[in-house]
Amino acid sequence: MTAAAPHILSVQRLQKYFPVRSGLLGRASAWVQAVDDVSFEIAAGETLGVVGESGCGKSTTGRLLMRLIEPDAGQIRFEGKLVGRDLKVSDLRRSMQMVFQDSYASLNPRLAVADSIAFGPQTHGMPRERAIGRARELLGMVGLEPSQFERRYPHELSGGQRQRVNFARALALDPKLIILDEAVSALDKSVEAQVLNLLVELKKNLGLTYLFISHDLNVVQYVSDRVLVMYLGKVAEVGPVDAIYGAPQHPYTRALLDSRPSMDPEIRVEHPPLTGDPPNPINPPSGCRFRTRCPHAEAVCQTQEPDLRPAHGAPGHLVACHMRRAGSGHSQAAPLVRFGDREPSR
Amino acid sequence: MSNSEQSTVRVSLDTPGAVGSAPGMDVPVGYAQARSYWRGVFHRVLRDRVTIGCTLVLGLLVFLAIAAPVLPLIDPDVANSGDRLLPIGSPGHLLGTDELGRDMLSRLIHGARLSLLMGVGPVAVALLVGGVLGLTAGYLGGRTNMIIMRITDVFYAFPSILLAVAIAGALGAGITNALVAITIVFIPPITRVVESVTTQLRSMDFIDAARASGASTFSIIRTHILGNVLGPVLVYATVLVSVAIVIAAGLSFIGLGASPPEAEWGLMLNTLRQSIFLAPWISLLPGLMIFITSMCFNLISDGLRSAMDVRY
Amino acid sequence: MFQYILSRLLYTFPIAIGVSLIVFALVHLAPGDPLSAVMGEVDQTMIAEMRASFGYDKPLPLQYMTWLGSVASGELGYSLRSGQAVLEILLSAAANTIALGVLASLLGFSVGIAAGMFAGYRNGTWLDKVVSASAIAGVSMPHYWLAIVLVIVFSVEWGLLPAVGAGSASSMFSWESFQHMILPTIALSAIPCAIVARTTRACVMEILSMEFVEALRARGLSESRITLHVTRNALPTVLAVMGLQFANLLGGSILVETVFAWPGTGSVLNQAIFDRDIPVLQGTILLLAMFFVVTNLVIDILQTWADPRVSRH
Ligand SMILES: Nc1ncnc2c1ncn2[C@@H]1O[C@H](COP(=O)(O)OP(=O)(O)OP(=O)(O)O)[C@@H](O)[C@H]1O
Ligand code: SF4
Ligand SMILES: [Mg+2]
Repeated sequence: MTAAAPHILSVQRLQKYFPVRSGLLGRASAWVQAVDDVSFEIAAGETLGVVGESGCGKSTTGRLLMRLIEPDAGQIRFEGKLVGRDLKVSDLRRSMQMVFQDSYASLNPRLAVADSIAFGPQTHGMPRERAIGRARELLGMVGLEPSQFERRYPHELSGGQRQRVNFARALALDPKLIILDEAVSALDKSVEAQVLNLLVELKKNLGLTYLFISHDLNVVQYVSDRVLVMYLGKVAEVGPVDAIYGAPQHPYTRALLDSRPSMDPEIRVEHPPLTGDPPNPINPPSGCRFRTRCPHAEAVCQTQEPDLRPAHGAPGHLVACHMRRAGSGHSQAAPLVRFGDREPSR
Repeated sequence: MSNSEQSTVRVSLDTPGAVGSAPGMDVPVGYAQARSYWRGVFHRVLRDRVTIGCTLVLGLLVFLAIAAPVLPLIDPDVANSGDRLLPIGSPGHLLGTDELGRDMLSRLIHGARLSLLMGVGPVAVALLVGGVLGLTAGYLGGRTNMIIMRITDVFYAFPSILLAVAIAGALGAGITNALVAITIVFIPPITRVVESVTTQLRSMDFIDAARASGASTFSIIRTHILGNVLGPVLVYATVLVSVAIVIAAGLSFIGLGASPPEAEWGLMLNTLRQSIFLAPWISLLPGLMIFITSMCFNLISDGLRSAMDVRY
Repeated sequence: MFQYILSRLLYTFPIAIGVSLIVFALVHLAPGDPLSAVMGEVDQTMIAEMRASFGYDKPLPLQYMTWLGSVASGELGYSLRSGQAVLEILLSAAANTIALGVLASLLGFSVGIAAGMFAGYRNGTWLDKVVSASAIAGVSMPHYWLAIVLVIVFSVEWGLLPAVGAGSASSMFSWESFQHMILPTIALSAIPCAIVARTTRACVMEILSMEFVEALRARGLSESRITLHVTRNALPTVLAVMGLQFANLLGGSILVETVFAWPGTGSVLNQAIFDRDIPVLQGTILLLAMFFVVTNLVIDILQTWADPRVSRH
């Protein structure tokens, strides 16, 4: 990515804790720290992949961006305009759309496909006739013959077809950015490939920007320009796709990459694969949240939370790990570089 | 509810007999004869002989009830002490006469007016009130949901007959009071069903997709929630009508609803009860009408349920 | 498990308060003055005196608190009509209602479960159809009408059983009392029987269609062992329905009791309504509703206990 590209979306210190209610009065007795202090940017025209284990807060992040749930804290800027102050949420929702994982649950079973697609434009005042016309046009764009599909109901479509309809609906308001939350994960491998190609093509033709959420590292590698790795509600590492996949800096990213089935016997088991479940997000570990599973965890990891800092190597590659921070106190960290010192070579 | 076993509903959003989609193929599977959900339901109902039969019976009853004043019937209120308790099949009195010599056929048909009104009316009103409450609780969730549903729970702590009797008893005898009582009895169950379905729908992604397209709460409820709530609630309301008819007549039966000389099935059953030693079979007729009507509503509900594939 | 019971118990408390509020409010919905209705045209000063002695002149919230306080200490007041203690009236009436409720449950549940099991196993056969049709008839049945039908058939036509009352025998366990209970029991058991049959049938069918039953069959388990599995899995649902129906029998027997002039809570309630006997009315409704609340509580706990899916720690 060129650093000069303007940011279409910039997120600062986004936070969402879900209350765990119990008892008669339904008071919050604990909080799920679903998204905690998450910051990142997306440049116009790029695809940012988001990976992480189940429950790490990927979907919550997506929903927060759409304002489907209210963030507890944090700022979202769309094209430089602060959402809520310079940009109304309703306007944000025209420029930003979301596609969900469950292609069936995301379509109203009682509406014909064309009506589902036309709902958005109609909401924004387009007369029904024109909205249906637009829906037909969009069906064509996602590879579904309008005359054959417009009057069908969701249960009359295959999973891949349904997801195409969901893309069409997301495109109906001419958004600039689309959040794809596990949009291809539920599909068969062969269908997944077709749909991915459609996504890539749509992006190219319509000049879209994607936030691509997935737990499938191979798919993310295929579609993304940059990749963001989440762990328990926090950003562990973010950077250009080649840097993340070629030279991962965070032990978690490495473990993730190692635990995926690889075709190449060369790159295997240098690091212990990821074992065990992620800890409970209700009471995440102190310091570095990954320390309970990290092979390199040391005392400092327990007491201090590592913040996101530039990693060596590719520009725009950030990592939150004490090992990568000079002078952090971790035995593998480089010594503190004082002013005038030369950069230590490792 | 005393006569219905359900308290929670699972909505199935599948349509029975749906065209199977071939997994693993992202190409059109055959040409599906696309048909709207409600048209499909309608077609399945048409094939269900029991439901059609019951609908015809009820239709006839409603027609007779509405047309009663203009039908060539003997005046239902004219007593004739000479013709008391004539047996079924007597000349001039096809279904005999009651303890005051009034024509049974005429009274049964006229009685349908009040009895049907007292069964259907309260459920219809409860459907409106409970529907709004349930939609509000289900869509808004959180504290609003908690307040509405906890109040509902309190009303659930009464068996429905007891609650109806208690309210009607407190308000005093009379048709209006009975109507009010039965309506209050049926608001909580409808609220519960609507809330349960709405809450399920609320968590589905298509609602979020609709919100993401900038639609207002009102338009989301209208376009995306109502259509999905309607089916299960209709099925449930039909069962409730069957219960309401029995309870309404029951209130009149113990003297809390209609009062003499009005023709109403429950009240007729009560006054004829004194004559069971003299004319046992005639005194059973009003109850038979209640039974048949209630059963028709029950069977129709069953038919709708399987046509819509609502699972309780 | 323990925690569940505890929270369920705690949850019952506000419900009970809500119920008491409704019962209290109900009585004050009543138009007119409770006393003038009972006493008719008498001296106004005397009515005023009586009002003061019953506390009817105090503001409503205060009346409620006073009433709640006395209810909590088991004091339900005295009948305006007879002056008898409400608790006393209710205790003997409740015994009669419970006797009928228990008998009707035993009859309805056993017949209902048996019919439902058969219908579920023989799904689609004529037996199933007969059971299903009877069950639909049962749930649609105006049970007070069924009561009259029974009286006509067994008392009027055949003269086999007494039509009304509880008999004059001093003990509830005498033959005479039993004879008086047969018809009310049958009339009351119709609805619970039908509902339990429907539920059992649906449960059995659902369980039989599940994969694990296939697996059991494939492993060569005998049909009787499979039935055991089916029963275990159907139990929680059927139990819940039975509990609800039992509670309904106790609270909703007013109509049938009226037909048979059975001296139970239903008759007391009926009488109190027409006498506008407020303390009796309040006491009866409260007692019946509390019965319902407690039964529901017990069912919920039993159901959790019987459910194989709920883990017990
Ligand atoms: N509405 C909610 N109420 C309470 N907790 C929630 C809610 N939504 C999500 N969570 C919790 O927040 C955490 C993050 O959930 P999220 O759905 O964002 O994860 P995810 O990364 O998308 O996982 P997956 O890969 O399984 O989709 C989880 O622990 C989840 O249980
Ligand atoms: S900060 Fe410590 S525990 Fe966390 S990833 Fe780095 S080395 Fe592991
Ligand atoms: Mg997710």
